[in-house]
Amino acid sequence: MLPWYALLLPLASAIAITLFTRRSKALSSFLSIAAVIGSFVCSCLIFSQSGIHIPEFTWIDFGEGFKVPVGFTLDNLSKTMLVLVSGIGSLIHIYSLGYMRDDEGKSRYFAALSLFMFAMLGIVLANNFVMLFIFWELVGFTSYVLIGHWFYRDAAADAAKKAFITTRIGDFGFMLGILMVWMGTDSVVFTQIAQRLWILTSHPAFLTIAALLLFCGAVGKSAQFPLHVWLPDAMEGPTPISALIHAATMVAAGVYMLVRVAFIIQASPTALLIIAWVGTITAVMAALIATQQNDIKRILAYSTLSQLGYMVMAVGLASTEAAIFHLFTHAFFKALLFLAAGSVIVMLHHEQNIWKMGGLSRNLPITFLTFVIGALALIGCPPFSGFFSKDAILALAYERNMPIFVVGLFTAFLTAFYVMRLLVIVFFGKSRSEIARKSGESPLVMTGPLIVLALLATIGGFTFFARNFLALPIEKEVAFLVPALAIAVLILGSGLAIATYRNRTSEPLDFELLRDKFYFDEFYNWLIDCTQELLARICAFFDRWIIDAGVVGGTSSSAWGIGALLRLAQVGNLQAYLFLFGLGIVVLIYFAVFR
Amino acid sequence: MITLGDYLIVSGILFAIGFAGVMLRRNLIIILMSLELMLNAANLSLVAFSRFRVLPTGLPDYNVQVFVFFIITVAAAEVAVGLAILVALFRARQTTDVKDISSLKF
Repeated sequence: MLPWYALLLPLASAIAITLFTRRSKALSSFLSIAAVIGSFVCSCLIFSQSGIHIPEFTWIDFGEGFKVPVGFTLDNLSKTMLVLVSGIGSLIHIYSLGYMRDDEGKSRYFAALSLFMFAMLGIVLANNFVMLFIFWELVGFTSYVLIGHWFYRDAAADAAKKAFITTRIGDFGFMLGILMVWMGTDSVVFTQIAQRLWILTSHPAFLTIAALLLFCGAVGKSAQFPLHVWLPDAMEGPTPISALIHAATMVAAGVYMLVRVAFIIQASPTALLIIAWVGTITAVMAALIATQQNDIKRILAYSTLSQLGYMVMAVGLASTEAAIFHLFTHAFFKALLFLAAGSVIVMLHHEQNIWKMGGLSRNLPITFLTFVIGALALIGCPPFSGFFSKDAILALAYERNMPIFVVGLFTAFLTAFYVMRLLVIVFFGKSRSEIARKSGESPLVMTGPLIVLALLATIGGFTFFARNFLALPIEKEVAFLVPALAIAVLILGSGLAIATYRNRTSEPLDFELLRDKFYFDEFYNWLIDCTQELLARICAFFDRWIIDAGVVGGTSSSAWGIGALLRLAQVGNLQAYLFLFGLGIVVLIYFAVFR
Repeated sequence: MITLGDYLIVSGILFAIGFAGVMLRRNLIIILMSLELMLNAANLSLVAFSRFRVLPTGLPDYNVQVFVFFIITVAAAEVAVGLAILVALFRARQTTDVKDISSLKF
């Protein structure tokens, strides 16, 4: 029953908070944190045990063709993800206590957070496509609620809508993909689909389209090019949300799903190639944009995009081990970076512009140290965790696809550049505003999770630690060149950034194209304007002039018109009526008698 | 010898005079009188038909003449109601001219 407890505890907490404890913020946050820690304990127990048998029951049964069970997948992958999600979730719940201390909607926040944990654990545990899809949508919904937590701010409300609608586009493709797989194999359960894969492989074109449609879901949820536009805007939500949902777990759900269905995708080389290139494009594009952003959270958001691009690239290079390894380390160091950024933001009274910061290393020593660890892990500096996982992906690319390797290496250079830029501007030099000068260190409830995550980000990549959790990609001895090159571009990028941004008070470089994010938002606005808006205008015209004026208005005005015509006959003179009456009689007699 | 046709012609002339009176005169009392004239023209033709329709027994068809009595009594009642309406109308409008009574006109 352990998986049930792990899954349902957060749901119970969400229900209890919504129904009973909305008034009491303290009780709500306590319930939510207790639930997620309970969930974490259950996950650890599941992880330590093997051969847990969960009786599954049938939920929908339409004969052999369509049968949906409610059951759990408990392999190494899902066990690791379970521990990862609930563990990082627990830390972020605790951190939220500090970050959301004075927030009006604290109960609502914790209820949504609990619901998110439920949905995310559901994705991890699901053993069939239907369950996966339901939890997948639920995750999208909670993401919407949490991005729009400060819904009275227009930017937050718009960002929430954008995130929801953009991911829905991907989800629609995902649903079509599920339907295609179901059509081909008559099953939605992963294990059964794996057994009947030969049906799909005998139709290569069908398989490729199905695999790419499944990938669509990941494009939306993991914010890959071209549906990446929602993730940077999602930073309007509270920072712990950015850390948990939009960096460590939910956006990684797309990668997790790809790994879960990797047996389908890997059967189609075309799909693999497209996936690898989409990941590569996302990685390099997001890294380019990140070099010119000024909002601390947005920079981190673009680096998340870039790292997700690496993971998708790894999936596309047919190595799920490398993808999951990077997901694993990325979850630690990106959650760490976001939480440290959140600590900076809170201490600076919600100032997010990096040019208003500066010199924070003296005022926030713990935040600074943990941020540096996260940053070093992100740029792949040995011996921090990011080095091992990124190196694994680069080695893979070196071995299998040279152009992707070159672009990946360039992305690594850019990563080092923008992360060092961020570090130098935020933490070194002189304080560039009053609040930055007066800021102090965050409370323990916020620095505690930072320290734990910093520890994990440091050791997370070492084989002795990581091999307990996942199957590590096999290191080839030939690829000595790869880490050497990676370290070289790392030093180059960092050095360049330090040289460029040391003691600056404003941006010395000016690339409008990058600062405006390659004009994706403008392009999509234009696209919507000339498709959806055009359709809407045509519909409005049809409604206004054909339905309203023609059908509805026409009926009434024809009745009016005939009435107006007929009332001309009402002359009001009695004798005129009589004359007409007599005339009528005469006519009747004429027709009756003489015809 | 007076034939059915003669009676009918007289009846028709009476009816025409009545109809013309209703149609052309403006005074409501005259119109009412003309209406009675039309009614009596109809009665006359009915009685004439009765007189000239001889049954196998050798007698005229008295059913029609009884019917005419009914018409006369009903006409009397109708005149009573009509005059009452006319008086009420005169009290309300101070006129019996149909030209002034045109509220139904659009």
